[in-house]
Amino acid sequence: MALSTLSAALLIARKDLAIEFRTRTAFFSALVFALLGIVIFYFAWDPTAVAPIDLAPGVLWGIFTFSGLLGLQRSFGIEQADRAIDALLGAPIPREAIYLGKAMANLVFVAAVQVIAIPAVELFYGVPLFEHAAPLALLALLSAIGLVAVGTLFSAMAVNTKLAEMLLPVLSLPFFVPIVIPAAQATARLLAGRPESEIVGWLKLLVAFDIVFVAACMLAFPFTIEE
Amino acid sequence: MDWLFAIAVIAIAAALTRVIYYTPFEAIQGPAQKIFYLHLPAALAAFFAFGVVALASIAYLWLGDPRLDRAAESSAEVGVVFTTVVLITGPLWARPVWGTWWTWDARLTLTLFLWFIYVGYLVLRGAIDDPSLRARYSAVLGILGSLLIPFIHLSVYLFRTLHPRPIVIKPSAPSLPPEMLTTLLISFVAFMLFYLALVRQRYRLASERDLLTIEEAR
Repeated sequence: MALSTLSAALLIARKDLAIEFRTRTAFFSALVFALLGIVIFYFAWDPTAVAPIDLAPGVLWGIFTFSGLLGLQRSFGIEQADRAIDALLGAPIPREAIYLGKAMANLVFVAAVQVIAIPAVELFYGVPLFEHAAPLALLALLSAIGLVAVGTLFSAMAVNTKLAEMLLPVLSLPFFVPIVIPAAQATARLLAGRPESEIVGWLKLLVAFDIVFVAACMLAFPFTIEE
Repeated sequence: MDWLFAIAVIAIAAALTRVIYYTPFEAIQGPAQKIFYLHLPAALAAFFAFGVVALASIAYLWLGDPRLDRAAESSAEVGVVFTTVVLITGPLWARPVWGTWWTWDARLTLTLFLWFIYVGYLVLRGAIDDPSLRARYSAVLGILGSLLIPFIHLSVYLFRTLHPRPIVIKPSAPSLPPEMLTTLLISFVAFMLFYLALVRQRYRLASERDLLTIEEAR
């Protein structure tokens, strides 16, 4: 029975999330990492000289990319055991479905970390993030899509190199710059109480990034898997 | 010695001689401005080099010809060298003229990230032994990297315009006097020749290495 791309992708995403839900190793390490990062960054500045409200946006989105990398690393790493990737490649499904499924699982992973990390920033930094819940949720979603689109592709590439997971940050971080800058700038505007129209430009930039890189990475994915 | 390399070295020497002895000082910046004749041609050669990487990468995924992969590899490496020249000459010029070694101006930031992207490209190449896998992965990164450039440019540009900084911004250059323009053009031609000579040498090295890999596999 041939599956459509989307239903095959959903199956793969469900498989990855089931593995993650049963082991919970990556989620908890990413979460603890994010919380530690949020706490440690607080001590990197003198709180009497720099207001927490000025730090919070940068810390939030900086930590977001780093903890996202932790989840992305294991995305194709788990397929290396017993060459499980060969079974995926042998399945009668389009190659794009593998990418899409992996990316969807990663998106859920990153979003789940965010759901805890954003309130943690509100709590530890005492900044009113919840007053801007709707625009912030949109920012988080758009940023996560961009991060996952690029990161999933590079994760597939990195596992086949000699450097393995060490390569992922080197390849990915330059690509996260056009995500972190708009997200942090828009968050800073929101926290400063500026009108929401001021962040429209940044949102448009994120949307454009997501469209270009979801399409480009999906097209490029079939070239990155080892036959 | 390779004839193209010899011509390029002579051209660079001639351009530098003209820069130092036969080009007038700029009225306000004085001798510091002469670094411009190295800085701009190096930047243009670097941009050209990364354009070649992108085109060769697209062509490689399409045609699968290993020569295209070698061209991308050679051009990326030479491009990183030229970007390094830009990043070294830039601060040397900025210090006396702007009063600071570095500023997060849109163009500076973009150049720095170009350097990071293509150093990452070279790290990726170094981390894969299998030639065909290395070629495919590099081509994918070469293409994605070129798609990334406009986004980085736009985000750092918006970043700067939203937060204007109290620094001496470079005034928009008045049209160059003819002597300076001629020097710039000569220097530009010299740098492009140097680029071509280096890429040619680097390409030969890549060909020899690939031949050796095939011999060893036998």
